[in-house]
Amino acid sequence: MTLAAKERRLGWGLIAPALIWTAAFFILPFLAMLALSFASMDGREVMRGFDPGNYVRVFTDPTMLGALGNSLEITVVVTVISVVLAYPLAAIIAFRVPARWQRLALLLAVLPFWTSYVVRSYSWLLVLGQNGVVNKALLGIGVIAEPLEIASTRAATVIGFVHFFVMLLTLTIYANLIQLSPNYARAAQDLGASRWQTFTHVILPLTLPGVVTGAFLTFVLCIGDYITPQILGGNAELTLPQLIMLQLGRSGNFPLASALSVVLMAVVTLAYFASSRWLRLDRV
Amino acid sequence: MAHIRLPATSLALLLAATPGLAQELNALVWCDHTDPALIEPFEQQFGVKVNLKEYEGTAAGLAILEQSQPGDWDVLVIDAVDVGRAVEGGHLAELPADKLQTADFFPELVMAENNMVDGKTYAVTEKFGYNTISYDKSKVDPADMEDMATLTSGKYDGRIGIYDYYLPVLGLVALGQGINTADITADNLGALKDPLMALRAASKQVADVVSAQTALATGEVDIIVGGGEWLTAVLAGENANLDWTIPKQGGLRWAQSIGVVAGSTQPDLALEFVNYITSPEGQARLATSSCYWGMPANAKAGDALTPEQKAVLRWDQQPEFLARAQLYPIPDAALDTAMQDLWTEMLAQ
Repeated sequence: MTLAAKERRLGWGLIAPALIWTAAFFILPFLAMLALSFASMDGREVMRGFDPGNYVRVFTDPTMLGALGNSLEITVVVTVISVVLAYPLAAIIAFRVPARWQRLALLLAVLPFWTSYVVRSYSWLLVLGQNGVVNKALLGIGVIAEPLEIASTRAATVIGFVHFFVMLLTLTIYANLIQLSPNYARAAQDLGASRWQTFTHVILPLTLPGVVTGAFLTFVLCIGDYITPQILGGNAELTLPQLIMLQLGRSGNFPLASALSVVLMAVVTLAYFASSRWLRLDRV
Repeated sequence: MAHIRLPATSLALLLAATPGLAQELNALVWCDHTDPALIEPFEQQFGVKVNLKEYEGTAAGLAILEQSQPGDWDVLVIDAVDVGRAVEGGHLAELPADKLQTADFFPELVMAENNMVDGKTYAVTEKFGYNTISYDKSKVDPADMEDMATLTSGKYDGRIGIYDYYLPVLGLVALGQGINTADITADNLGALKDPLMALRAASKQVADVVSAQTALATGEVDIIVGGGEWLTAVLAGENANLDWTIPKQGGLRWAQSIGVVAGSTQPDLALEFVNYITSPEGQARLATSSCYWGMPANAKAGDALTPEQKAVLRWDQQPEFLARAQLYPIPDAALDTAMQDLWTEMLAQ
């Protein structure tokens, strides 16, 4: 056996576990879900076959389209707000916080991940409620005369999501910022660039992979979540994952739930292709 | 090492020789059965470990059974109105009617029409209660809660929460329209759409059990439609203003049943568990379970409940409530799909 053949065999041997894992736990289940999405229901029985009716319903039923629209709107808003808040936070930790305190700052950023997602959502419900901290504070300082209706609205859903994802984005952006040599900024400023020009023409483009990676992860996690809209949004508007859960838990309509899940996967795939130019997950 | 192995081997032999100590019972249940105060007396009496798995929604429970091997599960707790559906799917084993403890049940709770199929008993009722109107009487006029029409009159707009389960809420809406739950059909379902949407428009949220309790406890909403005593009972100790009623149009009676799963490898032990749960002691513990309270089906459980517990459960008012309450709607597959589509449309409103 030649050296090249040996290396090739070794290469396949090294990646085989990952390939097997991906095939067993992603590709095969996805193909099964795809096949099931073309089945239909006869009463409470699942009828195997090739019936595109579920997809026709997803794209013609106003309820389904509305859920897809709600999911996209909430996800885009959450992603944009999270990026806008996380970037300065990451920059402050990377450039302003002394090196010896940066670990503590990062630890504080990670702390929210230590709490159960459900518990955190219920906690926010108490904070945003009519008798919650926010309303009591605003009433106390006289900004408002009546409690604001925050809980059980889209605003509450967005706040809950943003709290979670700002920290995630902060970590990915920080990882990029900390790798950036200060010489780039110095060189730009030596050449006469203002601080704003240095940021927009040098620092931002170089850290864009981290921003886009974090934004993509935020998009994926946000659009697939049903707990936060359920708890914080008070079921005030239906999102795609909630619709999937309704079909699974209540109706037992696995074909329609599969079709909705395939659509969800397609949206995430489109988001991936849209951002793939900047996605460099190895730099996170 | 020998002197270390010997006790271990002896212990293994002892466990093998006394199967009771090594046995495990696997039960697919609702959260009220996960209270250690309910399960531990049975485990100690029979020397077994009861493994409990919670599920929500009949479809989810049946899906778990369909994806399991025979013998994986021994006991199933299910909505009483869905027993027939579980039998139809081949998931429940026939029970020996002469060995069940239903003689002391409230007569309305024997529910033979639900627990029996083709003359054979497949499950036994274990707990019941009412899906109706829960409210904070310090913020709401209790007299208003006696009439469902008040809910959509505008007086309580934005202060109402709807319990997130289509069957009881659609049943209540039907009662509000003068339609008995048993008479809901695909033909008259359309008549429920406008009142359901009006109720949704007047409400602030559609909430699951925990969210509904949180909303009521924190004052986020003052009324929950479709909830019941199980919603307010666990909060009664902290807030005596939380109350519930059955309006003049009527209320819905929910009931849960317990049965032995078809293919159980230990049907005798599973039957012992069913009989423990339906015994007066088990019923009292189940009725006051930490997850949610509800009325025991066995009237003898009253002897094992404290006066305070009976007051919260409104023990003395049961004859009147039972007379005014109707059973959940029991839709066939087509009507069920139509009802769920209507519910989904309401959620998307």
